[in-house]
Parts: sequence; structure tokens; C-alpha cells
Amino acid sequence: MTMPLGQKITFYVLLIVSALLIFAPTLMAFVMSFMSNKDILTGSMPTSLTLDNYRQAFSTFPLMQYLINSVVVSVLIMLGQLVLSSLAAYAFVFLEFKGRDILFYIFIATMMVPFEASVIPNFHIIRDLGWIDSYAGLTVPFFAMAFGTFLLRQNFKTIPKELREASLIAGMGDFKFYLTVVMPVAKTSLVTLGVYGFLTSWNMYLWPLLATTNDNVRTVQIGLKQMQTQEQLNQWGVIMAGAVIVIIPTLLLLFLGQKKLQKGLTEGALK
Amino acid sequence: MKNIEMTDITKSYDKQKNVLNEINLTIGEGEFFVLVGPSGSGKSTLLRMIAGLEDITDGIMKIDDRVVNHLPPKDRDLSMVFQNYALYPHMSVEQNILFGLQAKKVGKEEQRRRLIETTDMMGLGDYLKRKPRELSGGQRQRVALARAVVSQAPVCLMDEPLSNLDAKLRASMRVEIRRLQKRLGLTMVYVTHDQVEAMTMGDRIMVLHDGSIQQVGNPIELYNEPANLFVASFIGSPKMNIGKAVLNRAEGRLIVEDELNINASESLMSDIPNDASITVGIRAEHLTYATKEDATHFMEAVNVENLGNETTIAFELNNEIWTVKWPGQWEIEVGEMVPVKISCEDLAIFDTGSGRLIRAAKRVSKGAVPV
Ligand SMILES: Nc1ncnc2c1ncn2[C@@H]1O[C@H](COP(=O)(O)OP(=O)(O)OP(=O)(O)O)[C@@H](O)[C@H]1O
Ligand SMILES: [Mg+2]
Repeated sequence: MTMPLGQKITFYVLLIVSALLIFAPTLMAFVMSFMSNKDILTGSMPTSLTLDNYRQAFSTFPLMQYLINSVVVSVLIMLGQLVLSSLAAYAFVFLEFKGRDILFYIFIATMMVPFEASVIPNFHIIRDLGWIDSYAGLTVPFFAMAFGTFLLRQNFKTIPKELREASLIAGMGDFKFYLTVVMPVAKTSLVTLGVYGFLTSWNMYLWPLLATTNDNVRTVQIGLKQMQTQEQLNQWGVIMAGAVIVIIPTLLLLFLGQKKLQKGLTEGALK
Repeated sequence: MKNIEMTDITKSYDKQKNVLNEINLTIGEGEFFVLVGPSGSGKSTLLRMIAGLEDITDGIMKIDDRVVNHLPPKDRDLSMVFQNYALYPHMSVEQNILFGLQAKKVGKEEQRRRLIETTDMMGLGDYLKRKPRELSGGQRQRVALARAVVSQAPVCLMDEPLSNLDAKLRASMRVEIRRLQKRLGLTMVYVTHDQVEAMTMGDRIMVLHDGSIQQVGNPIELYNEPANLFVASFIGSPKMNIGKAVLNRAEGRLIVEDELNINASESLMSDIPNDASITVGIRAEHLTYATKEDATHFMEAVNVENLGNETTIAFELNNEIWTVKWPGQWEIEVGEMVPVKISCEDLAIFDTGSGRLIRAAKRVSKGAVPV
């Protein structure tokens, strides 16, 4: 795209300003995590940078345990979603049965139900199953994902029907076709969905709060909140250090996979 | 080796309109059978029914004298080349070719042997490690063919496999496919909408139109004695020239499109039923050139295409355009009245209402026979 220089400058200035505005809190947290408490409380510019806050965060809290819990939970949810969504999407695209499309629309309609509305019934179920304070309770309720099924269905639909037919003639069953053809061909979308699922579960707050009562399975987001409530107000540096550690995976994934993520997410959209 | 037999095969997608109507057909073993027809006539549907990819609404389909109506595709022992090749985009050429063999549990050594044999035949040896998107259209085409050949299934189905190739490649692939089929003795069902392919490749051709068989026969039969107007205008290039005609029995003349006045022979008149309204057709090569003296008619040229070795000239006749194809280069101006010779023996006569052939042209253009 070409545009006059003046316009270009205006655009970029506006973009930089808004980027700074949006990024400011993160930046502040990042800087504060390296500042001594004195500097933070007096509101001055940092006089010296130190790693003390990080050391303290790890020593006074089971931060490592929180991190491990978060990784386990996020990976489990991600895998569960990938497996279930892709299998469901496969059925919606490649298997023919009566009422398939209607079933799909009903399925998709569940996207409209906000998660909060299903929290209470979900909680009852995992309590009755005795899954409170377990990885199962934290992860299983998120495995079935309408959005993921939708995304993958759109992607699978772009796979020519003839590929399935060629495999039928060659005598290949559904499951083998799913594994050896559909999965590799839909790689981009699967990666996108995986990243999306991982990040969403990493940043989950409400559910882990309800489903956990002790530090053994508690995720890092809850841990962070605990830090804030247990500590005195003057421990801001430590809290910020914790926060920075928590957002690292998000940032990493975003930086590494931004292009892919964008491509994958818009793939299902109308062109 | 297998034959395919269809009895009253009918297909309807929506339970209302029939896409195929009572197809009765036997395809012999080792035969190259071409299915030809305009777009939407049901060619692919019929092919897919043979493959077992489409339900048969009604009728009986037999392969090798066994009813296969409900037999899944994998048990029919056939291979298929799809119109869009249907290559697996994430697999290399080699994997694509061997794909079916793995599913059929053919031994590793046997796989190697067949792979080498087939790729040599197709000239694909240099591309084995490439992905389909790194190949040209013609190469992909050959991979698709190789995949079908390597399976060594006795029945091979092809759906317009050459439609995406340029003219030259298409011509050479025609020969290659044909040779391959003969060498392996395959029973081949080949779908195309290109009548040149149909004429040059088929042992027999079936012309399909709106889901009904128009005619089945060998190429020359279809060319010389088209069963109806549809076949007449579909087979042959340029297409047969067609015009409505009125027979004046008293004067022994046939008046075509109110313009051409042709001398009608006794036998022609006796072949035409009394009250029939007729349409005549004449092949481009039967409208021969003449000198001014022995010309039977003069026609106005409206378009001249000089191709170097031959010239195509279009004439206007009432509202019809008639074309002729004469060997050599002709210096003819648009608008010129060109002398031509038309004989009633070269006319094919059709019934206008039903389109059915009443009388075929009596002369065919034979090549010189070497002694
Ligand atoms: N899955 C389907 N559902 C409903 N109608 C269909 C389906 N597939 C084909 N048809 C219809 O059946 C008719 C025949 O289709 P078919 O694909 O057999 O034509 P074709 O002769 O192969 O044409 P082409 O030369 O364009 O490939 C068409 O009118 C088409 O619209
Ligand atoms: Mg077709």
C-alpha cells in the first residue's frame, strides 16, 4: 500500500502512542519487578536494578509448584481439546449421517452460552465425582470445545472430498485416514488451536479458583492472587516479579506464532 | 480381468429428478470404454457408481458377474484417477504412489519393484522425493496415473484426467494411456467431454445426454451413423452442419433452409416417410469445393480461418452457420460467393421431431488403401 508521507507519519505516531498506552501496564510491571521496594513506594525512577524480587518470589511462595501445575493443566486441556475437536470435526465433515448439519448447528449454538453460566453445574459434577483438587477436575470440563470444532471443521472442509474417496478405493478406514491424511494436512489449524487453547487455559482464573483448595494443584494465576492477599502492600516488587513470570509463556507463544496464529484464526472466516 | 454389466441403472440425488435414466450397458473385459457427453450429463455420476462411491438408486450393477450394488469400493478391486488428481499434498510422490499398496498390505519388496517399474514407465524417476505442489500439472497427472497403475487392479476408472493439460501434453498423454491400457489389458472406463479424446482413444464410445444413453458404438460408427441429431452434432470436429429441409417429391428436390436446392435421388426419397418433417446434416468434409463450372451451389463466406495446412470457412445459410474444412490454403474473401458441390448421397437425414436418424450419409471419406 502506498500513501503520502504526511499521512504515513500521522498513522505511525498514532499507532506508537496507542501501542505505548496499551503496553504501559506491562512495561511498568516489568520495570517494577527489578526495583527495590523503596523506589516503588516513593514513586521515583529506579536507582538500581536487582533480582531480589524474583529470588523472594520463588523462596516465599511455592511458585515453582504453581508453574508446574499450570503447565500440566494447560497442556492437558490443549491436548484434550485438539483430540476431541478434531475427531468431532472429522465426523461433521467426512461421515455422513442423518441430521448431521442440524446437529452441528446445535453444537455451535453452545458457543453462545457463556462459560460463567455453566460454572455451577460443572462444579456440581466434579464435586460429585470427587474431582475437586485434582488435575481431572481442572481440565476435563474444557475438553469439549465448540469453537475448536468449528475452526477445524472449516479447515477440514477445504480438504477435497476426492482425497477421502481415493483412500476409500485404496481400502483405508476412517481412523487411518484421519491420522495419516487429515491431521498432517490440517497442521496449521491444529497448531493455531493448540496455542489458543494453551493460552486460554493458562490465563484461566475463575475455574481453578473454584476447583482447587490447596497448593498442590493450584495454578499460577491463583497463586498470584494469593501472593497479593497474603503479603503486605509494600511487597509490590515481588508481586510484579510473579506477574512477569506468569506472562512469559503468553508473550513467547505470541511472538513466535503470531503469523501462524493470525492465519489459522482467520482461515475459517469468510473470504 | 473383469467385465462390467449394468442393468437399468438409475440415479437420483434428490429422489425427484433422475440424473441417470435406466442405463443398460456391458463393458467387456480389456475394453477401452469412453463415456462422453456435455457438462452435467451424468458421466462422473455413473463412474462414481461403478467405483462404489455413490449409491445406486435403482438397477443392478455387476462386476465380473457378481452383483456389487452394496459392495464397498475397496472390495471392487479397481483403481480410479480423479479429475483433480486427488494427490495427498503432504506426501512425496513416492508416498503418494505407494499409498494404496500400504493399505492393501503388499510386501515391501513387491512395493519397490512395482514403484520402479511404474515410475520408469511414467518418467517420474527424478521426482520421487518431491511434494505434489512442486510438480507441474502434467507431472501431477502422471503421478495420479502411476498411483492407479501401481495398484494393478484389473479395472481402471478415469474421470477427465487430461482436462487440465495443454494441447501438446494432452496429445502425448492420450497415446501413453492408450498404450498402457493395452499392455496391461485393463478394463478401462474413461470419462471425457472432449470428443477428440473419445474418438482417438475409445474401443467403444457411449454418448450420454441428460442422463440417457444416446448411442453406444465404436468411434467410426458414431461418426458415420449418428443415431440422432445430438450425437451428430456432438461427435466430429468441426461439428456436422445441420439445417431444416423440405422435400419436394414432385420435382425431386430437397430444399434446405429455404436456400439450398439439392437434387434428391430416388432412393433418398423412398427412404423418407411421406409426412416426415426432416432435418439434414452434412459433414464438413462432404461440402467439397468446386470450380465455377461444376459447382452445384454458391455460398456466402462469412469467416475464413487459414491454418496453413487446411482452411476452415464458415458460410451463412439462412440463420445457420455451416463450416467446411478444406485441405491447403485458400484465398477467400469474407463476403465472397464460393462455389461448392453438395450431393444428396452425403446427406444424413433426421426426423426433426424426435431427432432420430432416418438415413445415414451413403458415402464415407475413405483414405487411400495401400495395396
Ligand atoms: N452430490 C450431488 N448432489 C446433487 N446433485 C448432484 C450431485 N452431484 C452431481 N449432481 C448433479 O447430477 C448431474 C450430473 O452430474 P455429473 O457430475 O455426473 O456430471 P458430468 O457429466 O460429470 O459433468 P462434467 O462434465 O461437468 O463433469 C448434474 O446435474 C449435477 O448437478
Ligand atoms: Mg464430471
